[in-house]
Amino acid sequence: MKRFSWLIPTLYIIFLMLPIYWLISMSFKTTNEILGSFTLWPREFTLENYQTIFTDPTWYNGYINSILYVSINTVLSVAVALPAAYAFSRYRFLGDKHLFFWLLTNRMAPAAVFALPFFQLYSAVGIFDTHLAVALAHTLFNIPLAVWILEGFMSGVPRQLDETAYIDGYSFPEFFVRIFIPTISAGIGVAAFFCFMFSWVELLLAKTLTAVAAKPIAATMTKTASSSGYELGLLAAAGTLTIIPGAIVIWFVRNYIAKGFALGRV
Amino acid sequence: MRIGGSVNKPVNQKAWFFVLPVLVLVAFNAIVPLMTVVNYSVQETFGNNEFFWSGLIWFEEVLTSDRFHASLGRQLFFTFTILAIEVPLGVVIALAMPRKGFWVSVCLVLMAMPLLIPWNVVGSMWNIFGLPEIGLLGKTLNTLGFDYNYTRQPGDAWFTLILMDVWHWTSLVVLLAYAGLVSIPDAYYQAAKIDGASSWAVFRYIQLPKMKRVLTIAILLRFMDSFNIYTEPSVLTGGGPGNSTTLLSIDLVKIALGQFDLGPAAAMSLVYFLVILLTSWIFYTIMTRDEEN
Repeated sequence: MKRFSWLIPTLYIIFLMLPIYWLISMSFKTTNEILGSFTLWPREFTLENYQTIFTDPTWYNGYINSILYVSINTVLSVAVALPAAYAFSRYRFLGDKHLFFWLLTNRMAPAAVFALPFFQLYSAVGIFDTHLAVALAHTLFNIPLAVWILEGFMSGVPRQLDETAYIDGYSFPEFFVRIFIPTISAGIGVAAFFCFMFSWVELLLAKTLTAVAAKPIAATMTKTASSSGYELGLLAAAGTLTIIPGAIVIWFVRNYIAKGFALGRV
Repeated sequence: MRIGGSVNKPVNQKAWFFVLPVLVLVAFNAIVPLMTVVNYSVQETFGNNEFFWSGLIWFEEVLTSDRFHASLGRQLFFTFTILAIEVPLGVVIALAMPRKGFWVSVCLVLMAMPLLIPWNVVGSMWNIFGLPEIGLLGKTLNTLGFDYNYTRQPGDAWFTLILMDVWHWTSLVVLLAYAGLVSIPDAYYQAAKIDGASSWAVFRYIQLPKMKRVLTIAILLRFMDSFNIYTEPSVLTGGGPGNSTTLLSIDLVKIALGQFDLGPAAAMSLVYFLVILLTSWIFYTIMTRDEEN
């Protein structure tokens, strides 16, 4: 049985790749070929769909906008989660358990519930249709997650590290930046990965909070899908391009993903 | 999920200062919108921004409406079906994965791919993939003699929806379970070998207990996220055919942004949120109690 165990992951990966292959293959087909016939690979290979995306600002600006707010969100979430996670992992204080659970409840809040109130709140404070608005809205679910992950990693680091540093004469900020952060860099990598991931894939809030200036690529896609009828090739090309940033990020953190979780308190 | 690694942490109220930035940001994002929702849920409007106190009528309306019961039923069916498929499947795949070498990275990178695709693209991808005339899945099924058309037949729509979610999220369970498995020291396996333990016994008494914590995280995350799912089914089926795949979020958005019935939508939001909250709280309490023992 052991000898054939490689079959299971292989079959699973084939299952995962099939829809992705179909999307990529479609992005190189002409509209005629997509609608007119059923072909397993592009017969009339074309780059026209990609050309449209790279030359039309409404398309490529979508990518720039998405990458901008995802980056702001990731930096912001991890930066504020670091001290909070440290507090949860090192001290007991009044209401700590309730606070921790309350933070997690925000991870559970359905985006559909918050879409409209968010729109009103962000319009009221005057940041509607900015990258900051989307980045801030996404902290609602990313900060709790980042605190949760980082707290796990920090609890895996023995308290002796902190105590030794104080004896050696480090002040708290010095200790935190020079010793503690490098020690849990794997945890920061994993937390940043998840913040990136959940901000990159979310659409409902990103779409609700933007109009023109900060419109994400996903919203441009849904608009195209409904307005210009059935330009499946173009839609497929845009979809294919959204896979690329994710693939790059996974490649960088591949060693952390497996080891990373394990280093925490598994 | 236990807070902190060691039981004997010092009490220090100044720790609140460390939590303050998180608290301010999350409170701004969570409390103000939540209060807006609460506000709408107890008021009636006739337009022109005039609101009247209406008490709990919206809650009564939601809790007794067949429409809400139907969406909640579909939501529960969806959530428990995908949990029943994804968790065991994820564990089986994690167990069969290689532990060392080049193939580990390849497996992990390829498996993580679906997790990083924007949700609307996942929906579009499966929408195209399943089309009976031009999609690989739809065409194949129809060629094999199945009468498959997910835009017309509710059964096929459900099949596609669940297959899509399994495709999308099983990898999360795999990654977490795998992380649990690689943290088991070799000595455990050697001891089991000396005792002549069967592979079932190794799984039951070594691997499963070690995976317990990560699996709980996986189940909790999948429960919360599948209950909140909106974008993928709305792009894939739009809740149809008819209302057959209208899950809670889709129904809610239809009421709130489609019909602009703010009162009922707000009341429904709160009931919806409470259902998730209550279930997760029960889960959280059971887990924390387990760890204290």
